[in-house]
Amino acid sequence: MLTMPVLLFFFFVAIVLFISFYLGKNANSSSNYFAAGGHIHYGVNGIAFAGDYLSAASFLGICGMIATVGYDGFLYSIGYLAGWIVALFVVAEPIKRLGKFTFTDALDAKFNNRGIKFTAALSTLIVSIFYLIPQMVGAGSLVTPLLGIPHHWGVIMVGGVVIIIVATAGMASTTWVQFIKGGLLVLFSTILSISIFVRGLETKPDQGGKVPFYEYQRIEVIQSDDAVGFAPADPEYSIRDYREVDGFRMAKLFEGETGRGWWVLRQTGDSWSLEETQCVYKRYDGGVMINGKAADADNQLRQVGDLVSIAGSTEPTGSIGPFRFLAILGNEETVVKQWKKIRIREEMDYVDVYVPYYSPGNRIMRPGIKFKVEGTPIQRMEFISLMLALFFGTAALPHILIRYYTVKDPAAARKSTIVAIAAIGFFYILTLFMGLGAMTNGVINLADSNMSAPLLARSFGVFLFSIISAIAFATVLGTVSGLIVAASGAIAHDIMDRFAGLNMTDRQKVDMGRLAALSVGLIAIILGIIFKGMNVSFLVGWAFAVAASANLPAILMLLFWKKTTAQGISSSIVVGIVAALGIILLSPDMFVRYGLPAASAPIPFSQPGIISIPLSFLTLITVSLMTQKKVTS
Amino acid sequence: MFHENVSSQETDHAVELKMRLGLRMFAVYGLVYGLFVVINVLSPRSMEITVLLGLNLAVVYGFGLIAAALLMAWYYNRKCSAWEESMNTVSDTDGKEA
Repeated sequence: MLTMPVLLFFFFVAIVLFISFYLGKNANSSSNYFAAGGHIHYGVNGIAFAGDYLSAASFLGICGMIATVGYDGFLYSIGYLAGWIVALFVVAEPIKRLGKFTFTDALDAKFNNRGIKFTAALSTLIVSIFYLIPQMVGAGSLVTPLLGIPHHWGVIMVGGVVIIIVATAGMASTTWVQFIKGGLLVLFSTILSISIFVRGLETKPDQGGKVPFYEYQRIEVIQSDDAVGFAPADPEYSIRDYREVDGFRMAKLFEGETGRGWWVLRQTGDSWSLEETQCVYKRYDGGVMINGKAADADNQLRQVGDLVSIAGSTEPTGSIGPFRFLAILGNEETVVKQWKKIRIREEMDYVDVYVPYYSPGNRIMRPGIKFKVEGTPIQRMEFISLMLALFFGTAALPHILIRYYTVKDPAAARKSTIVAIAAIGFFYILTLFMGLGAMTNGVINLADSNMSAPLLARSFGVFLFSIISAIAFATVLGTVSGLIVAASGAIAHDIMDRFAGLNMTDRQKVDMGRLAALSVGLIAIILGIIFKGMNVSFLVGWAFAVAASANLPAILMLLFWKKTTAQGISSSIVVGIVAALGIILLSPDMFVRYGLPAASAPIPFSQPGIISIPLSFLTLITVSLMTQKKVTS
Repeated sequence: MFHENVSSQETDHAVELKMRLGLRMFAVYGLVYGLFVVINVLSPRSMEITVLLGLNLAVVYGFGLIAAALLMAWYYNRKCSAWEESMNTVSDTDGKEA
């Protein structure tokens, strides 16, 4: 455990708690608790928007995805940012004009309908909880290596701090935590990107001399008459098993009587060779071996990520500018070494084999590795569906929408959105540099690509690693705080006060908000522990799809179609939630998680937006037209 | 409205104009974004073409979408602020303010 990261980590927590207790003195009214009194300056609110939005998925997930699949990861950056255009041009000012504390207020402003109150609050809760899970899982992943504590204690710690933040001062402390975190994230991401340019590109990255570059071995193979068809040229080696998995020809290699794990067959010109991989043996009795030795703190998977060729050369570039950096990586003569995980079964044991493969730069720097844009019509439709959900999801996220109530008027709401677009847009450009920096600097952890950005920072020194880790932790704190405020507002304000008609006093509303924050925080802790190891960006994709399907049609039609009725809004929210969740739960991706074959899934795609968003619109229009009479009468 | 906003608001006479401009700019950006998605699906290899400063179309278009968002946001705010200033001030002078 390193001292500086731990000290900085606790320093951050101390600052956050100080802000919360200091601002908590003023959080005695519901407007102060749920909307920071509506007195936040638009500039602060704009950066706080960035803090809210740049969650663990944005910072850790996107950088990790770019590091492993290249440009495809950057598509998330583009889609997430484009979503702010919907927020600015269509949603920001009207939502501010109509609402009070929550987005349910805005939807219900015209109708005062119990159905809207309940369905909109339910949607807020569902989206918030889907968004909370990956944040808590990310928190556990981050704190575990930093403090050397088990995942569940990491989640409990984060949950505890967040509950204190939200329960003491509500939206005021949440806003300032977001502001500090958002500002620091953009600042230190800039410093990290500049460090990448100063270091330049090389074919044998050694993390600034800290970790020696590992040369993966290759051995020559020749044709043989046996069933395998080839054998090592050196008689010291032998092949004792052979499989073809996911397009890779794998051989189980022995050196004398010593097992060397699974190697991959390669063809270079007319010659053939076996190339070394990385293997994790998972024995039936629970034992784990990594690259031939028992797994422990010192024996983990080697970090990877390097270039075989830099635009046709192997000479280091020295310091380069950002455009040159991107141009070299996109060059067709640049070759990037990438890794794919495959699973091989050996009797009762499993072997996860990380197999190297080589991609030209022009392939890395365009879509197609993760998103199969050259694949089947269904695969192409999945891509369109994801881009649609990202575009329409942002302006429908409850924890983003409630931030419009912390500023004084619609003009301030508009201006804060513009500040957010500037900060978030700039940060998303940096994600491309940080992700590609991780891809080429030998810092990718094959078992957890989410740690690419912090590990890249560590290659530049302990201080940068410490500050980036602390900011990443604050990223989780900030986003979770915002989500818990949104969820507690949905419970205390929308459901208990307005839907159930409990007619609470202002003080009771604040107390109920705090109690709701405590309850949601505890639920988040439990879910964060249960969902340990689940892919962060996968769950965030759910949240965006559900938000875009359930909330956005209701918001847009309320603002721009005069025939919209309360029944239409409630129905579209319910249909949006059910359709989006239904498609996700019956998708091939989920069937794999259930342990069933993907092909047996009744729905052949996993991204629901392209179906559920139009369906929600259609429901609203149909039900509204059918209920026009009631409105007139 | 059945419940008021947290902070008191004055009547904004520029609402209609701002909304119309917002919708138009949203449509323009939506088209540019849609075109990006369509090119990726129908002709992904064209994203490899080098177009500017050694950068390929994928990078230039991606950065362009981010830059366009910021530029359009700046323009939108400039127009909206100008309308708010002129229309709301004039209304106040005329004594039409609610």
